[in-house]
Amino acid sequence: MNVVATKHFLLPAEPEWPHEGGFHILENLSEPTHRNLEPVGPHYLAHARRKRHRRTFSEDDRIVAAQQAKNVEDADPGEISEPEDAMLLSRDPKDWKNQDHYAVLGISKYRWKATDEQIKRAHRKKVLKHHPDKKAAAGGVDDDNFFKCIQKAMEILTDPVKRRQYDSVDESADVDPPSRKAKGNIYKLWNPVFDSEGRFSKKKPVPRFGDDKSTKAEVEEFYNFWYNFDSWRTFEYLDEDVPDDNENRDQKRHVERKNKAARAKRKTEDTARLRKVVDDALAMDVRLQKFRKEEKLQKDAKKIAREAEEKRLAEEAKKKAEEDARRKEEEEAALKASKADAKKAKEAAKNAAKKNKRVLRKGAEDANYFHADGAAPPDVITNVLADVELLITKLDNEELDVVAKKLAGLKVSDEIKSVLADSIRGTVSKGTATEGDFKVLLK
Amino acid sequence: MSDSEEPQQKTVIGIAFGNSNSSIAFTSPDGKAEVIANEEGDRQIPSVLSYVGDEEYHGAQAKSHLVRNPKNTIAYFRDFLGKSFADIDPTNAHSSAHPIQHETGVAFSVEEKADAEPSTLTVSEITTRHIRRLQESAADFLGKKIDGCVITVPTDFSEAQRKLLAEASKATGLEVLQIIHEPVASLLAYTAREETSHPVDKTVLVLDIGGTRTDAAVIASRGGMFTLLATQHDYELGGRQFDDVLVDHFSKEFIKKHKTDPRENERSLAKLKLECEATKKTLSLSNSAQISIESLAGGFDFHSTVNKLRYDLLSKKLADQIVGLVESVVKKAGMDLSDINEVILAGGTSHTPKIASRIQQIFPSTTAVQAPATNPNALNPSELSARGAAIQASLIAEFEAEDIEQSTHPAVTVTPHLPKPIGVVIHSPEGDEGKAEDKVYVFLDAETAVPARRTATFIGTQVGGDVLIRIVEAKKESVDITPPKEVKEKATDEDDEDDEDDDEEEEEEKVIKRVTEVEKVIAEALLKDVKKGQKVEVMLNVAGDLTLTITARVVGGKGGVRGTVPGRA
Repeated sequence: MNVVATKHFLLPAEPEWPHEGGFHILENLSEPTHRNLEPVGPHYLAHARRKRHRRTFSEDDRIVAAQQAKNVEDADPGEISEPEDAMLLSRDPKDWKNQDHYAVLGISKYRWKATDEQIKRAHRKKVLKHHPDKKAAAGGVDDDNFFKCIQKAMEILTDPVKRRQYDSVDESADVDPPSRKAKGNIYKLWNPVFDSEGRFSKKKPVPRFGDDKSTKAEVEEFYNFWYNFDSWRTFEYLDEDVPDDNENRDQKRHVERKNKAARAKRKTEDTARLRKVVDDALAMDVRLQKFRKEEKLQKDAKKIAREAEEKRLAEEAKKKAEEDARRKEEEEAALKASKADAKKAKEAAKNAAKKNKRVLRKGAEDANYFHADGAAPPDVITNVLADVELLITKLDNEELDVVAKKLAGLKVSDEIKSVLADSIRGTVSKGTATEGDFKVLLK
Repeated sequence: MSDSEEPQQKTVIGIAFGNSNSSIAFTSPDGKAEVIANEEGDRQIPSVLSYVGDEEYHGAQAKSHLVRNPKNTIAYFRDFLGKSFADIDPTNAHSSAHPIQHETGVAFSVEEKADAEPSTLTVSEITTRHIRRLQESAADFLGKKIDGCVITVPTDFSEAQRKLLAEASKATGLEVLQIIHEPVASLLAYTAREETSHPVDKTVLVLDIGGTRTDAAVIASRGGMFTLLATQHDYELGGRQFDDVLVDHFSKEFIKKHKTDPRENERSLAKLKLECEATKKTLSLSNSAQISIESLAGGFDFHSTVNKLRYDLLSKKLADQIVGLVESVVKKAGMDLSDINEVILAGGTSHTPKIASRIQQIFPSTTAVQAPATNPNALNPSELSARGAAIQASLIAEFEAEDIEQSTHPAVTVTPHLPKPIGVVIHSPEGDEGKAEDKVYVFLDAETAVPARRTATFIGTQVGGDVLIRIVEAKKESVDITPPKEVKEKATDEDDEDDEDDDEEEEEEKVIKRVTEVEKVIAEALLKDVKKGQKVEVMLNVAGDLTLTITARVVGGKGGVRGTVPGRA
């Protein structure tokens, strides 16, 4: 808060101060007006902050100042503190190839997972402790062997290429795969193995072995990945020292060739080893059996369902066929019966018609062919018979029957004639014959 | 460490969305606001959209289509936003696409695509398209995606209009962090330039002379916080009226030469208007300006010049109106012209030197007029709103939306303001009671939002001994300090010719001074044994409930006096 310096003088006090103490209140401040502040500008934002958090000026000043002071120091997580055993401390720095660089720096629990930042900090801590100048000042022994180990470890672990070479052969980071006969939770047994093997993968992320909840796709992807594993693992670290060029060139080349062959051999061996590990895992993976079983169950379930369906369909078809046959039989029997009936009726009708026709002809004969007296001349007989025959042909069986019944018992020629004439008129009115067809019976 | 955090920072811009022109600004990493030029190099981007064939034109390109293709060119649409058709004044859109009624709002009907039926575009839709183009220009310039913006609007923009504007912007994918008032943004652009942590209390008049309207606002700036005291608008006074003055002038000239009135033909009028606008801008910078239009009307070319004096004469009436507007807004705020400490001229037309000098004339010389013509250090008036918006955007860029919501909530913005100045009685030098000098040193001026605190140091006393600190509420009074008349009459005798002028001057020469007088004594404090030459530091702190706390002590000394006047809660 700044202070405005004025050039003004304050009032001199009157000689007599009539009040007690140094302060005296006369009146209150006037009633305030409420207005809208424009929510704009840094000072408004400060005001809003104070008002929202109910801070006074000095509180807010303090809090803001505390926030603005940047926290530069990262707190030391204290993660790098492993006990150093005597064996480690007495290592010969010349034997660096066999040295556990992570253990030297005290980060053996991180190994390949250690970040550059962790390595750097671990190194610094070790240097502070083991610097030869410090040791000389403290105890007087001029022993910088372990310091050299530290520097070598640092050199290797901070160079990405060298670190990979070392990580490639860092067997302490390996997790041995369980034997085939191992019992227990396969997920607990295998997950660490693949997590550790996964560090050599060029492809990231590496799929995990998973657990019994992994889906079939996940498991398949896992084995796919591991059977096509792309590893950056190299074995240069184990190379024999190549002798100097000026000593013996042939010797040097020989060693180089040997190294190359050894590397290739180790790489092949490693690939084979990994393959075996994956094979073992696959063999022990109960999930695959589970998936197979599930699949089979599913297939079986489908099959059963399909068979049931087929059976159902066959039964239905059979039922239908039986039904059809039964119905056909019934129909045929009915047809046969009706045919026989019809034949009988037909024959009966035929006989009746014959009889009726005979009655009609007989009627004409009984009426002496409607001749007045004496034997009728042959031409009359012919005409009458022709008319009767015509009438017979024009009448169907039932009408014939009706006419025959009317004629039955009639002897008088006129009556017979009128019956025949009536039936003729009937046929004419039906339109099956005309009056002109008949020669005598209508006269 | 701090450098690594920068990429995560949000990219925010300020947008001044004007009825005639819009501008976009961003805040550079060193905290300075800069206005962004669009692809064509314009910092003032005309708020115009034009549709020719299948193409959409924006800005200056679209504006040039006002001559050739006025029916498909949309201009002056900002003020239509969120208003019903019955409420709008379509005068400005006379020579562009005409507004039509659409459902409850306003729309324009333009041929957006070649060989297609004219489509109806609502004002919201056009605003969206306009903001999208502005955003694209800003993103191209900064090479980054824009995350948010602050938009300025006039003080008379309603809540519904603000909401529509925010929605229109959101439709382009640009989040509106805050919508702020134009005059406040202009003031912020100036106050942000002063690099003190505690800005001086002042009362500012922001005069925004835009293309189609003029707005005046009196703002109390107290401890860097702004309170709008009064606003006044004139919707028929703006750059266009100044253009029209020149249009009429040149038309008369043209008629004299060719017996044809270019104002009768729409196309000729549009051409003339466009050129007159350019001529007007030139006149703000030089003493004379040329105008030349090929085939203005009747196939005649037109070349002419106009000098500044002629233009000033022609536009005198308009300048008078502006002065009237200024006077009325000060009156509306219940103040005297001399209470205004600073006048900020904003808007494109404020480049006109005559306007700035007229404003300067009506105010006392102590009032600073911030315009290019009166202050060489003044900011570009056209860019003020955009700059202010950009500054505000950078301030709240890291805020969460909820934070902004809460900070701008009325519960926080509505604040009690002191009705009267509060100060300490000071000893008049030389003991001359009759002279018109301030009798009170004002700590907290009227209209200061509470809680507030101020500190000042005084030179103890002239003789040493006990010091009386009398805290009072003050009032401002005008005192006539016109020098005695005899001196004047002498001057008139000497120069008879200017008699008339002198009489006028005599009226105006009546020098009025505003002084602060004691109105009500609040409290008294006694500080004992202050030696001569020792400084006294006094701090006044007014809490939100108007509790007044006073702390007084001798600088470098021990003890001191402290007292509290209870508030009204």
